[in-house]
Amino acid sequence: MSQDFRLDNVGMVNREKKISFKFNGKKYFGFEGDTIASALIANGVHLVGRSFKYHRPRGFFGVGVDEPYAILQLDRNNERDPNIRATEQEIFEGLEVKSVNCWPSVNFDIGAINNFLKMFFPAGFYYKTFMWPPSFWYKIYEPFIRMAAGFGEASIKHDKERYEHKYEYCDLLITGSGPSGLASAYAAAKNGARVILAEDKPRFGGSLLTSDVNIGNQTGVEWTEKIIAELKSMPNVTVKNRSQVFGYYDHNMLVMSERISDHLPKTQKYLPKQRLWYIRANEVLISSGSIERPLVFGNNDTPGVMLSSAAKEYMKVYGVLVGKKPLIFTNNDSGYETAIEFKKNGVNPIILDTRSNPSSDIITEAKNLNIEIKFSYVVVAAKGYKKVKSADIAKISDDKKELFNIENIKCDCICVSGFWTPSIHLASQSGNKSKFNEKIDAFVPDKSKQQENTIGSANGIFTLEETIKDAFDKGFDVSNKITEKNNKVSVPTVVEKKSTDHDKFWCVPLPKGKSYKRFLDFQNDVAVSDIELALREGFRSIEHVKRYTTLGMATDQGKTSNLNGLQLVSDIENKVVPQVGHTTFRPPYTPVSIGAIVGREVGKHSKPTRKSPMHSWHEKNNAVFVDAGVWLRPRYYKQGNEGLFEASKREAKNVRQNVGVCDVTTLGKIDVKGPDAAEFLNRVYTNAWLKLPVGKARYGVMLREDGIVMDDGTTTRISENHYHMTTTTAQAANVLSHLEYYLQLVWPELNVNVVSTTEQWAGAAIAGPNSRKLLMKLFPDLDVSNEGLPFMGYKEADLFGVPAKIYRISFSGELAYEINVESDNGYFMWEKIMEVGQEFQIQPYGTEALSTLRIEMGHVAGSELDGRTIPYDASLEGLVSKKKDFIGKRSLNRSAFTSTDREKLVGIVPIDKTTSIPEGSYIVKDPKAKLPNPKLGHVSASCWSVEYDNPFSLAIIKDGKNMIGQKLFAMSPLKNKTIPVEIVSSHYVDPEGKRVRS
Amino acid sequence: MLYINCPHCGLRSQNEFAYGGDATVKRPELNKEISDQEWDNFVYLRKSPRGKHLELWHHISGCRQWIKVERDTSTHEIFKTYKANEAIE
Repeated sequence: MSQDFRLDNVGMVNREKKISFKFNGKKYFGFEGDTIASALIANGVHLVGRSFKYHRPRGFFGVGVDEPYAILQLDRNNERDPNIRATEQEIFEGLEVKSVNCWPSVNFDIGAINNFLKMFFPAGFYYKTFMWPPSFWYKIYEPFIRMAAGFGEASIKHDKERYEHKYEYCDLLITGSGPSGLASAYAAAKNGARVILAEDKPRFGGSLLTSDVNIGNQTGVEWTEKIIAELKSMPNVTVKNRSQVFGYYDHNMLVMSERISDHLPKTQKYLPKQRLWYIRANEVLISSGSIERPLVFGNNDTPGVMLSSAAKEYMKVYGVLVGKKPLIFTNNDSGYETAIEFKKNGVNPIILDTRSNPSSDIITEAKNLNIEIKFSYVVVAAKGYKKVKSADIAKISDDKKELFNIENIKCDCICVSGFWTPSIHLASQSGNKSKFNEKIDAFVPDKSKQQENTIGSANGIFTLEETIKDAFDKGFDVSNKITEKNNKVSVPTVVEKKSTDHDKFWCVPLPKGKSYKRFLDFQNDVAVSDIELALREGFRSIEHVKRYTTLGMATDQGKTSNLNGLQLVSDIENKVVPQVGHTTFRPPYTPVSIGAIVGREVGKHSKPTRKSPMHSWHEKNNAVFVDAGVWLRPRYYKQGNEGLFEASKREAKNVRQNVGVCDVTTLGKIDVKGPDAAEFLNRVYTNAWLKLPVGKARYGVMLREDGIVMDDGTTTRISENHYHMTTTTAQAANVLSHLEYYLQLVWPELNVNVVSTTEQWAGAAIAGPNSRKLLMKLFPDLDVSNEGLPFMGYKEADLFGVPAKIYRISFSGELAYEINVESDNGYFMWEKIMEVGQEFQIQPYGTEALSTLRIEMGHVAGSELDGRTIPYDASLEGLVSKKKDFIGKRSLNRSAFTSTDREKLVGIVPIDKTTSIPEGSYIVKDPKAKLPNPKLGHVSASCWSVEYDNPFSLAIIKDGKNMIGQKLFAMSPLKNKTIPVEIVSSHYVDPEGKRVRS
Repeated sequence: MLYINCPHCGLRSQNEFAYGGDATVKRPELNKEISDQEWDNFVYLRKSPRGKHLELWHHISGCRQWIKVERDTSTHEIFKTYKANEAIE
């Protein structure tokens, strides 16, 4: 394998393990430990993508999370993963990635025509162009914008990978394992604190991996290895690599995404792809380091122009040369370190330093190595389209305004260094207002807002000695606040080369007559001219400039561009940077996959699934289930080729003719106990409760304080101070909270306790004319005659040895009973009912038949009690006591609630007696009236009446009580139906209620 | 995510709680004659101060007690928490 740009015996990749991968369909080789970026550079590949707007060729700019260019799409196990940074993604055997934002290929991209039309794509292009005519939006503009927007394509298939969430607590979270992170972690761990040290990259050490320093007589790399090994051996320390702390939230909650399997060919058994950590830390030390700033010059986006620190890291960590004729363009000493590294590897760099006559240890060393250095020199423009081929360079005047002696020199890469920008994102997210540090021309964190401190270069400290000392101190201080162990370790001696001040110059002026694009934001193609235009057009606030020009937006969030953008705005406005301020830093610091945020809460795991104890019986008997809140309920029991309609009709008919049984376990059940229980119910329900005798049930309606019906159900007095309340399935949790609210906060003087017993009881409703006969057989010792167990009566008895509670209540309108047994006996009860019921033609019925039965009877449910209706509207006004006060009563006196033409519950039947009326249809007088057609009401629930064998619906319509007999229309624009209907009573079947009392 | 000190259970994460609104509202006594305006104020009118505010939270996935939390609505700082009927300082 020959890799033209791979150095021998340099770097940390595993030369023993060769790995093949595909980029744009072509096979390449790299080594274990390579990223896609380092492996491609080793193979001499620098063209990896096209820019967002102009489709200009894009290479590699950085070596980590700040990468604005090399965004690729990964195809893994037939699934697409867009927005992969080539500088972060490690290669694995069989990896396939491809370029995005180019067509037909990265080498020949049609969209690059935008580059020649760039005068037509100024800042604010979208706002100026896609304004009119309005009719163009749907068919022309939106599809165009959608096609042009974004990098890569998300998969529309279900993501089969597993993502997990983890909750963790610690004394101290340290975000980054550079020198400050390692030092503080070590100091705090030795002082007994529970420490989590998180490193975004696969390797620990941060800048120690690439800088030529000495700590405690060891190289930076050796010291890193020693500290990490010791930290890993300590039980109070968690050390995590490939883990990015990306968000700092309230009360010291931080969120970290750990990439567990992203670098592996296949997700390992028992290991998720990624894990999201929610970390509640007592203290946080932010050691997120700093990112090198670019210098701005003509065509500075050409592939081959990259950060000088990146070039150094490619050499030192990956053993890869980014070029063989490098030009180093710098305004500070960092560029020299890169030049020295090139020289050591046998490559001759040329340094262009914007400073006129700097001197420091590093500069002396470069001079001693005979590196060519040109002071007061700048790169005017990079030349070359898909790769840098040469550069126009020039001498610059002392006032940095004039260029002299422009000449062209050959080079194959330009490494730029415009000094360093501290990564203050996490501190800023915590609420820490930043301050501008003149010395480093960048923002640093100000006063701590939460329990956080920023250390190292993230805090603008750029000498190792100071960093290490400060980090040891901070590690001890914050840990000692918690552990109070006073165990202080000594600070090692540090040897480093001294550097001198940087030059504040950062943007090369255009030579006369030239109009090179000088880019500030590389991901979004924002050039100096775009910012100038935005300011000319009157944008002043930096937040507005950002949104208008897209400076600092997209996946890299301007990690390399923000500060230069601010600098430019300040220069034009004749302000200083702190006056302009910076845009808000918001989480996440780096893109996080949606899968990781969702975690395991996908599909059936997105909410708990509750099943009744009889669930397996339903399954065995061909039940088709429906979600009812978190419960799974049988919707119908399929026989032969039946569909929903036929099955539910058969089941409902059997209830009306023989007897049916329905699983009602899901109903909310609340035990209400205490000497004041009756008084409490009397305040909660609209009707009277004080005189309900023991052994009797009553139907009740409860309101919210605003007078709207909240829920309904029956409550039974089990004994003197014990009531069994039932709620609807959907409202069970809300009702319990509601009761607790009044007992704990409003009427604490009432001696009452409430507790949910929903899961304690399994329930079966037995309904139909044969139900008493069935009950006699189920409970042979019990008097179940109409006198012995009258309507709304309650009895306890044994069901074949199992204690049971029998409530004579009915939702179907038939003679009916509800039997409750302890949940563990639910299956037994159900089987017994089915077995004994056989001779009475018993059939189980599901929720669909249940609905049919209640709709025919005009019994209201959730579709009528929809959070908009007062008792009157649902024809429940008979249950509203005039004598006593209760929750929400005062609201019923409001004028709108006492108005006589309020919408009210009615029944409707299609005049042709055959056309079903879609639920949600509007009731109107004249279907041909001019729009908007005045709406009289809406259809709340529809069924096929099994009693009369025609469609029947419930509706809530204006002045309903005076509308009976009227002929109106039900319109469903959604289903494109207009159905002539007649208004009838909502009590369609058995209006006198004889059956339930029979 | 807030870290709320439940007076019954200790420090717990916000996801165990449900927000219950303004804790300074007092329900008018039962059977008391009051004006529409007074009732309206009770049902609908809530202060939404920037800064210190006394709020109700329900420890719904914990002890199921309603508690009162004194919180800064702009900084989210929590100053003190109270049991349902504890006297407010």
